[in-house]
Amino acid sequence: MHQFALEVFAIGAVEFRKLMRDPTELISRAIQPVLWLAVFGQVLSHARGIETGRAGYLAFMTPGILAQSVLFSAIFYGIAVIWERDLGIVHKLLVSPASRTALVIGKAVSADFRGVAQAILVYIIALVLRVPIRWEIGAIVGVLCIVALGSAIFSTFSLAMACIVKTRERFMGIGQVLTMPLFFASNAIYPLSLMPEWLRRVAKLNPLTYLVDALRGLMVQGEQSVYGLAVDCAVLAVVFAALVLVTVRIYPRLAQ
Amino acid sequence: MANPYAIDTRRLTRRFDDIVAVDGVELRVASGAIFGLLGGNGAGKTTMVKMLTTLLAPTSGSATVAGFDIVSAPHEVRRRIGYVPQMLSADGALTGYENLLLSARLYAVPRAELATRIADALGFMGLNEARNRLVKTYSGGMVRRLELAQSMLHRPAVLFLDEPTIGLDPVARHLVWQRLRDLNARFGMTILLTTHDMEEADHLCGDLAILHAGKLAAHGSPTTLKAALSSRATLDDVFAHYSGTMDQSGRLRDTDQTRRAAQRLE
Ligand SMILES: Nc1ncnc2c1ncn2[C@@H]1O[C@H](COP(=O)(O)OP(=O)(O)OP(=O)(O)O)[C@@H](O)[C@H]1O
Ligand SMILES: [Mg+2]
Repeated sequence: MHQFALEVFAIGAVEFRKLMRDPTELISRAIQPVLWLAVFGQVLSHARGIETGRAGYLAFMTPGILAQSVLFSAIFYGIAVIWERDLGIVHKLLVSPASRTALVIGKAVSADFRGVAQAILVYIIALVLRVPIRWEIGAIVGVLCIVALGSAIFSTFSLAMACIVKTRERFMGIGQVLTMPLFFASNAIYPLSLMPEWLRRVAKLNPLTYLVDALRGLMVQGEQSVYGLAVDCAVLAVVFAALVLVTVRIYPRLAQ
Repeated sequence: MANPYAIDTRRLTRRFDDIVAVDGVELRVASGAIFGLLGGNGAGKTTMVKMLTTLLAPTSGSATVAGFDIVSAPHEVRRRIGYVPQMLSADGALTGYENLLLSARLYAVPRAELATRIADALGFMGLNEARNRLVKTYSGGMVRRLELAQSMLHRPAVLFLDEPTIGLDPVARHLVWQRLRDLNARFGMTILLTTHDMEEADHLCGDLAILHAGKLAAHGSPTTLKAALSSRATLDDVFAHYSGTMDQSGRLRDTDQTRRAAQRLE
């Protein structure tokens, strides 16, 4: 057990060092949420085109944009793993006696650093735009934990895709095809109640919906979670566990 | 460990769709040997090494490495082996020290010994000065020595190297050979390396096997293999005799690999 934790830590520590050494990716990833909130969000909240809670559209949308940037920064994680495969790094990891579950979870933890950085950024944007944020320590810690879980889910999903497609070109194609539907078939920028029935059904199967729902309940004043935090967390945890189980089985394919 | 051989394969076979990459190979490598696996491009060397290092499951047949079965006890095998892949595979975005630290943790090197093992490996491979530099600034020879340092941390019983000197200049090559001999002498490590380089095979290996189209074409010490052919035969002659001349596609693949190795260093 202790060795398992050490292995997860070792993989995560490597990623953390790399990120600290070269934060350009963090900076370039900051542009999208700024645009969505400061431009799209501002305009739409003046237009009052979408009926949401009392807190206004910007407050409704902020957790959705956080979830979106968690999704987008985690979903291309598999590219890095394909790169590691081409270099033979994956081969060396798989020849080591380290637990393969630890390797997969270590990768998920690595993605968490990016997710948490996105959360801090969205908090700062929200502060500037005067979004009614819940500045309570419990709520903020909750948001960070949910963000970590969301990053872990989408990065593990991405890793699983990488294990299946194995090449960068195919991965880019699939990544592009998947992210937009995941985003639009969710409650990130409009409530489920405004969706046509078929789309609502799809959205209810989308883990992003539960991520957004949990964040919405914890992050802003005057908004609440539709399903309840406990349900959201349970769904997310089950999805993550299932993804880890599948990915551990197909991860060795990367080295074949 | 009942098996006196560090590596012992029984009709080891691996197919990829309609290709038989490794075809019923029976190979025995004595403990403490430096063993060379020769063969042209596509002969099945990498496939062989991937099976022995548990990365790839055999289609049929079996093998033991360091006394454990690669299929039924892969975890026991992994604890006792080291592996240096064909590509230069250290992480360029980390320093040499950080690469070693990662390996040491994944191989469960005891905490109390961590610092001394890493320092020892760095010193042994002549990388002390460069320990805190990013690996992407290393030369090809330095990356290879770093990989050797990584693979000696946990004192494996058997070390696998897939074309360890491909893309290295002569000086770097000789240095790698020297270090491999030292590892073999100092820890009694059994070393299996693949190569197309006859000079390497002649210099370094006490025993050789030649693979051709997945089959074991010849097996013996460099001297006996040469003597079996003619009194003045070189190892190049032996290689050509058992594996035929290299075809055009083989050459293309070879340059491709060298290019990949070079690219890795940008
Ligand atoms: N993952 C794979 N899928 C399909 N075919 C493969 C795979 N790996 C190897 N092969 C095929 O198996 C045969 C043996 O390949 P292998 O890489 O083992 O040769 P090699 O001796 O290492 O060659 P080289 O000297 O070029 O590295 C080749 O025909 C190759 O195309
Ligand atoms: Mg090869």
